[in-house]
Amino acid sequence: MVEIMSRAGRMPRAATRTRRHLGAIIAGAAALAFIAGILLVDNPVPFGLPGFWIIVESRAVAVATIALVAICQAMATVLFHTATGNRILTPSILGFDALYALMQTALVFVFGMAATQVEGPGKIVVQSVAMMLFATLLYGWLFSGRRQNLHVLLLVGVVLGVGFGSVSTFMQRLLTPSEFDVLASRLHGSIGNANPEVLPWAALLVALIAVVVWRRRRVLDVLALGRDTAVNLGVAYRREVVGLLVVVAALIAISTTMIGPMTFFGFLVATLTYQFVRADHHGAVLPLAVLIGLASLTGAYFVLQHVFYAAGLVTVVIEFVGGLAFLIVILRKGLR
Amino acid sequence: MSTTPPAPMITLDAVAKGYGSTRALGPVDLEIAHGGITALVGPNGAGKSTMLTIIGRLLGADAGAVRVGGLDVATAKPRELAKVVSILKQENHFVARLTVRQLVAFGRFPHSQGRLAASDHEAIDEAVAFLDLAHLEHRFLDELSGGQRQRAFVAMVLAQDTEVLLLDEPLSNLDMRHAARMMQQLRDAADVLGKTIVLVVHDVNFASVYADRIIALADGEIVASGTPDEIMRPEVLSRVFDTPVDVVEHAGQRLAVYYRPVPVPTGSDPSRSEPTASEPTRIETR
Repeated sequence: MVEIMSRAGRMPRAATRTRRHLGAIIAGAAALAFIAGILLVDNPVPFGLPGFWIIVESRAVAVATIALVAICQAMATVLFHTATGNRILTPSILGFDALYALMQTALVFVFGMAATQVEGPGKIVVQSVAMMLFATLLYGWLFSGRRQNLHVLLLVGVVLGVGFGSVSTFMQRLLTPSEFDVLASRLHGSIGNANPEVLPWAALLVALIAVVVWRRRRVLDVLALGRDTAVNLGVAYRREVVGLLVVVAALIAISTTMIGPMTFFGFLVATLTYQFVRADHHGAVLPLAVLIGLASLTGAYFVLQHVFYAAGLVTVVIEFVGGLAFLIVILRKGLR
Repeated sequence: MSTTPPAPMITLDAVAKGYGSTRALGPVDLEIAHGGITALVGPNGAGKSTMLTIIGRLLGADAGAVRVGGLDVATAKPRELAKVVSILKQENHFVARLTVRQLVAFGRFPHSQGRLAASDHEAIDEAVAFLDLAHLEHRFLDELSGGQRQRAFVAMVLAQDTEVLLLDEPLSNLDMRHAARMMQQLRDAADVLGKTIVLVVHDVNFASVYADRIIALADGEIVASGTPDEIMRPEVLSRVFDTPVDVVEHAGQRLAVYYRPVPVPTGSDPSRSEPTASEPTRIETR
């Protein structure tokens, strides 16, 4: 009897593990297949000639960009959910996308068409640093002293986001049509924006962040239990949450400077991941989220490029699907 | 077990807390000795939970110092503090989906930092068994009743294995059977495991029957403190709760009776001894 009871009790645990592993295997296999597809399918040079590998190499830049963006967005959203104790928010609520748009607009507004010539690591570094600085100042200020209220922080993020948006819109009104055209291509996420010079730096930074986050995954599990329980269990809550938000800001900054703002992609990935992982811990959630992010972004890129011949629309489509998922989740939670 | 220090387990030195211009607590001086159950009682808004959460460092005091087990809660390292004092609040909400055992395992975090050793599993097993949760071990928290979930959270703080346990209304959500059972389990934790337990309790009768010491608060101040025999008196309780309270004795237990003013035939306040026919209207107008 005791034996039966304990085995029956263990069942849901085993079931969730199988489910999670199944999810990981499917997502991993799909990601690999799509990556191979992007690299090899429709290669104009026949296999065996040296030109074949040159084309594969140039496509590898796109794949690497997609991979980095997927890792950044997946991790940032999951960590943001942990820090805020809420699974409907997305990091863009903190006004990051709006800040990126403002910086781009200001660049074109002030320097005109000349701004489009400015490329390379310098620009990326300046952008990332500016966004990180903004995040650290904002969170540090909001969490200092007695104002340690996450909801106030989010509200300030929303207000700042709207403010940045208004300033951008105002400046865009004053641009010439050709300048606006250049700007618009920057403001919509595009894998075509990828810059191979930046890749190694971004990859290094993301790898560093990933290692730090992975080592602290058990602390993250405790943070997910909310402030009171985390404090009770001996976690320096305020320090950890501010650190986490700065990490989120860094990840979003890297992703945004590489291919432009994405609002719902991270949400789509995180929500899918929570469906597969029923007993939550970051040791399971983070890797699976990265795999699912990889699979969905490479999948969308492959399908759009090789089936619909519309590679530039990848992020638009992903955002459309992500936005739909967001609405569905909100409506379902609201009905419950 | 280490040698029991003669110093008090918990010391509050002129601790005060206010919200805006209203004073919620203090300044309060208090010492709570090692071991036993101390119950905080008092009317709504008396500052019981405020005091408990300040002792449990979930809330910072505006003034004064709190020491628990020799550590100053404002300056001690969070991790060291978490091995000495644990606190459980009334409401515990989070989005993560966990089984009972996973939740209880979190109680070991201050000791293990998440890497569970054999000794941690033993402590988890003990806490789970202590609160009769063995058969629910692998159930998810959202599949449990309110009372079962409450027990799971208490098991978590027990697994934390701290000398001091602070519980904010551990009996809320519990029916009679489970409330009595919970208090017996806490009594065992104090007697068998030697814990120092401080709890906020709404029903003074539980404090009377199970606690070693009762501290009564009203308007942010300690208005009475002593053994149940000293506090469970009509004049003390009536003053603390600002309502007529009678105390009866049943099988050696002192119980407060306050549900409806009892008409006393001789020498009592005439306004409290109206004929029963007028009672319903009187209750309605209140």
